[in-house]
Amino acid sequence: MAESPLASVEAIIAGLAGVGYIASRRIATALFMAQHLSKPVLVEGVAGVGKTELAIATATLLDLPLIRMQCYEGLDESKALYEWKYGKQLLYTQILKDRMGEALEGAHTMEAAMDRLHGMGDMFFSEGFLEPRPLLKALRSEAGAVLLIDEIDKSDEAFEAFLLEILSAFQVSIPEIGTIKAKIPPLVFLTSNNVRDLGDALKRRCLHLHIPLPDAHLEEKIVATRVPGVEARLTRELVAFVQSLRDIELRKVPSISETVDWARALVLLHAEALSADLVRETLNVLLKYEQDIVAIEPKLNELLGRASGAAGGE
Amino acid sequence: MASPVQATVEEFIKALRASEVRVSPAEAIDAHRALMEIGYADRGLVKDALCITLAKTEEEVFRFEECFDAFFSRDSFREAKPPPAGQSGGETAGGEASDLPLAQMLLSGDTIALNQAMEAAARRARASDVRLNTQRNLLSRRMLDEMGLRELEELIQRLREMGMPRDAALADRLAERREALFEESARFVDRQMQLYARETGRRMRETLLGQAKLTGIEPEDMRQMEALVKRMAKRLASRYARKRHRADRGKLDVRKTIRRSMPYGGVPFDIVWKSQTIEKPKIVAICDVSRSVAAAAQFMLLFLYSLNEVIEKLEAFAFSDRLIRVGDILEAEELDSAIASIIKKIGMRPTDYGRALMDFSELHRDALDRHTTVIVLGDGRSNYANPRLDIMREISHRARAVIWLNPEPETYWGQGDSRMDQYKRFCHVAKVCNTLNQLERIIEDVLRTYMPH
Repeated sequence: MAESPLASVEAIIAGLAGVGYIASRRIATALFMAQHLSKPVLVEGVAGVGKTELAIATATLLDLPLIRMQCYEGLDESKALYEWKYGKQLLYTQILKDRMGEALEGAHTMEAAMDRLHGMGDMFFSEGFLEPRPLLKALRSEAGAVLLIDEIDKSDEAFEAFLLEILSAFQVSIPEIGTIKAKIPPLVFLTSNNVRDLGDALKRRCLHLHIPLPDAHLEEKIVATRVPGVEARLTRELVAFVQSLRDIELRKVPSISETVDWARALVLLHAEALSADLVRETLNVLLKYEQDIVAIEPKLNELLGRASGAAGGE
Repeated sequence: MASPVQATVEEFIKALRASEVRVSPAEAIDAHRALMEIGYADRGLVKDALCITLAKTEEEVFRFEECFDAFFSRDSFREAKPPPAGQSGGETAGGEASDLPLAQMLLSGDTIALNQAMEAAARRARASDVRLNTQRNLLSRRMLDEMGLRELEELIQRLREMGMPRDAALADRLAERREALFEESARFVDRQMQLYARETGRRMRETLLGQAKLTGIEPEDMRQMEALVKRMAKRLASRYARKRHRADRGKLDVRKTIRRSMPYGGVPFDIVWKSQTIEKPKIVAICDVSRSVAAAAQFMLLFLYSLNEVIEKLEAFAFSDRLIRVGDILEAEELDSAIASIIKKIGMRPTDYGRALMDFSELHRDALDRHTTVIVLGDGRSNYANPRLDIMREISHRARAVIWLNPEPETYWGQGDSRMDQYKRFCHVAKVCNTLNQLERIIEDVLRTYMPH
């Protein structure tokens, strides 16, 4: 490898910006640590601040395959790690049966037959019949990989415990075969929305990165990168507006992904500046609950006034 | 590795633990490794790296940042007035003052050296072990001794005895600086207290709050109580959330058995029995908010609110003379306004348990089944109205368990208008509950006993 994109925190920030992800210093530091300490990163934050995006951007930056595993209640190792190819195993036994007479020809006593049987080697549980699932794929990837374990908090506690071996040693034990160890430890991201508290054991094995909602400056940069063709003034205005929404008690405050969606919508509508009507019509892009929309509508003019003031003041 | 830096990081981790960021030895090692990777030159980078390796939840991140700023911003010595130019030459050159490092530091106003000396003295005096307010003076004294205060005093004494005006002036100046030093050390100890003893104080208050009568909680303690209750409710809920599987022998799971027989050429070696996932238990909470339990009602609603946040299938009701559903209020409003609007809507009226039970039966009887646990929070004082024991009996029959938590001591049950002794017969558990600790213990017991295993 020439100059690795993960060589320094500055290089990471620049690299991620190159693939369209605007990272704060802390995010970049986390990535740097993950690489140099070979530890998974547990990413937390409200929905839509770019937790999953971070993993995708990192994979693009490093030009590694992204292996993604979505967690849900009831997820178990046969879906996450490996499964045997039953059909093929069945065929194999059929073939074995057919060939058995041939193979055992000339062995007259039971003992001789058994000896020969032992000599044939045990193919049945071998890697050839292993159907790799995301975790195993990530471990066996030749060039390394970025493994994204999405929404780990939705999985069961048992599954969390099962992950520990992989996360700390980058290896798994398959009872029939033995231990499979990663050649190059994958870069692991776990994301959580805090549906339930994660176990201490898991937290201890991970670096922890909490992504907060961005400040206005950072958010403007994000919008500018993600939404081509949006004008600087409109960006400032819409970001100021969204930022002011976040100070209001809402059921679901808009996060970055909503801001970006809204900016895209405004660009599609050829908007040049925010107006009350325009905002009212597109408010449902930003706010996902009817109650929130109802709560905001009467305050629209005031909020807009403040937003355009903030944008003009620059 | 150079040990002073390591020692500083160790001290910092100690301070973190004191401000309730849990740091395990493994994480401490990670922190050191992280620092080795990035060095110490960039303060922002050090902060980020430590934060990422040490703080593991959102709240911990917040506390970490507070602690980091407090720890590494030890404000330096207040600039001592620079000695007037004319005198300085004579002093530093002259006499015994130069023999004593402390005296020299004080005279030359070398704040950096003073700071370092104080840090070193603090380490020797084990300042980070300070826990209690009463240890303050002792600690500050010990630190000053470590820095060489006694020698300084002797020096001042000797200078005074010399009788020369120049020596006397020097003694005065030293004495003046010594006062400043006292102040500095006191401030230093204050900071240490803030860093290391915060938790002890808080924990003591929590212990006391846990034992305090719920009926007499001061408004300013409500916040903390809220946090306590919330933590408790969360702990209970996480235990709930675990799905429970039970092997139900006798029913064959055909699909799984065939699947498992595949490796054996279709011979079913492994037989799989159907297992059943037991439904998560449902909880119905009924809370008395009438005048007679006014003091405790606030707390009971607080408990209900926290429970509602963490338990999915919670049906909440509140009553005094009539009973209403309060689930949506708890859902939609913030804690304070939720409690206020429930009390405004239904509270502070004379109780009528019979009437309330009738309302309950009308609203919710059909939803009671053997998965339901009913929790009643109330004093059972019914103002001599018909207690409607028949409804209580029916509830008791239909539900899996009825648990009654009463803020009054057991000797009062059945006294005056209390019908608690009668209601008690239809409860699986009826307990006095007027401290938080009691409440927690009871709920734990209840979960162990009345929830499906």
